[in-house]
Amino acid sequence: MRDISRTRTGWANRLEHWLPKLVLAPTTLAMIVCMYGFIVWTGALSLTKSGMLPQWEFVGFLQYDKLFANPRWDVALSNLVVFGILFIVISLIIGLFLAIFLDQKIRLEGAIRTIYLYPMAVSFVVTGTAWKWILNPGLGIEKLMRDLGFSDFEFRWLVEQDMAIYTIVIAAVWQSSGFVMAMFLAGLRGVDDSLIKAAHIDGANVWQTYWHVILPILRPVFFSAVVILSHIAIKSFDLVQALTGGGPGYASDLPANFMYTFAFNRAQMGIGAASAMIMLFGVLAVLVPYLYSELRGSQRD
Amino acid sequence: MTDLQRCMGRLSIYLLLFAFALLYLMPLYVMVTTSLKDIEEIRQGNLLALPNAPSLYAWIKAWGSACTGSECQGLAPFFFNSVRIVVPAVLISTFIGALNGYVLAKWRFKGSELLFGALLFGCFIPFQVILLPMARLLALLGLANTVTGLVLVHVIYGVAFTTLFFRNFYVSVPTELVKAAQLDGANFFQIFRHIFLPISVPIFTVTVIWQFTQIWNDFLFGVVYSGPGTQPITVALNNLVNTSVGGKEYNVDMAAALIAALPTLVVYVLAGKYFVRGLTAGAVKG
Repeated sequence: MRDISRTRTGWANRLEHWLPKLVLAPTTLAMIVCMYGFIVWTGALSLTKSGMLPQWEFVGFLQYDKLFANPRWDVALSNLVVFGILFIVISLIIGLFLAIFLDQKIRLEGAIRTIYLYPMAVSFVVTGTAWKWILNPGLGIEKLMRDLGFSDFEFRWLVEQDMAIYTIVIAAVWQSSGFVMAMFLAGLRGVDDSLIKAAHIDGANVWQTYWHVILPILRPVFFSAVVILSHIAIKSFDLVQALTGGGPGYASDLPANFMYTFAFNRAQMGIGAASAMIMLFGVLAVLVPYLYSELRGSQRD
Repeated sequence: MTDLQRCMGRLSIYLLLFAFALLYLMPLYVMVTTSLKDIEEIRQGNLLALPNAPSLYAWIKAWGSACTGSECQGLAPFFFNSVRIVVPAVLISTFIGALNGYVLAKWRFKGSELLFGALLFGCFIPFQVILLPMARLLALLGLANTVTGLVLVHVIYGVAFTTLFFRNFYVSVPTELVKAAQLDGANFFQIFRHIFLPISVPIFTVTVIWQFTQIWNDFLFGVVYSGPGTQPITVALNNLVNTSVGGKEYNVDMAAALIAALPTLVVYVLAGKYFVRGLTAGAVKG
């Protein structure tokens, strides 16, 4: 190797040495400025009295006080809790059961899997638009059920203050549960057959086998799914915008919609930045323990 | 367990799986049938009824003349805006990701793992936290409300994912191969071109499909960083649905939604395997 490099000019050698770093330089620069720099910028902005334009007059945590005193933020946060929990739990249950049933040597498995997963290819705006029509009180499901003979049937969640957030859950579960199914199915395919046979020999029935043998093996899949779903939940924006527009009033707002409204429509940059920082902390609160346990796990291996 | 019981068990599993398949298909079915009905039939009939006299009226209107705010040119111009955003953004971010991944997998240097970790974090940050400063930067560069600006934003925040995909793929290439090529006098780019590129078809497919789906379906960057003439199709669709000039035309809404969904749906049907691989790769994140 040395002989070859000696035949090259020193200049070419030095270039060769720096090339890997040179290739990464633009990405590194963009990352430092546009990720970490911008996070610091937003964090700093959230401590100023900025309104329509950034003003670098620091006011401490005033914007955060204002944020948490704002009833609309209150609604957005509690919506996130309701939406997040329901969305995650229902997606997990549906995804797990569909995966288990699909894993029973089903004919047409490929076709069925394709059907379960196609909503993932569609944008949240399209999903929102479709469900907005299906759930609309006048001509949607309500009319369908009445035509079927249930003349008193009422389904007006889309326009009801207390219920609008649940329409978001329905649409989001429709979109993401197939993906959870795919994760669990991949996990199930990785389970060693001999373990299942051993459980059989020990006299365990199907349910016992799943409950005591297979589900514990799928624990990492559970964790990954929960992290991904909570990540989707915290970032949810398009779906609300398309399905309910945050309404009626602001009853179905999520933090991302709050942030957008205040930062870009209401020209209250300070509050917008403060809400964005809270969202970042939310993601970190989910992510850091997960990454920590992942890293510890891989070190133990 | 008797044979009959086993048979009933299998039957109920199949019934349940088919019932769920119908549930997942229902919105698509409703969208398609609604888009082929006229507005009178929508008012009279119900959600699940097949159209009596299918017509393409709603599709033609959604494509060419529906109102998306104050303008009434249909979705066509916005469809092409999306194409003009997606094509360069996907190509550039994939290309950069391939080179980054190559370096991070096979040309490690002091700090490169740290760099990779820092970049990974970018896959997770909620973009709300960069929206405001990015708007300032785009304005500063004179790229506010332009297609170029949107391409730039998608490249910057897409590279974290593309790098991750390629890095994880290239890690499994034996380092001896690189060493041997170096002995033969091949340089950095020659090794990339002649050893890595030829085996990269699957990972390029996964990455291109992933980026295409992400950027085509993006709404957040589109709504924040585009102007009246440069909006991508997702933003236009949302405007179209929320513009009520005259009566609400649900058939046009559904045709518009289908037009916006069609490119990614087609890709999914043609290359579903790669799509799923991207999802799980993006999910497991290293």
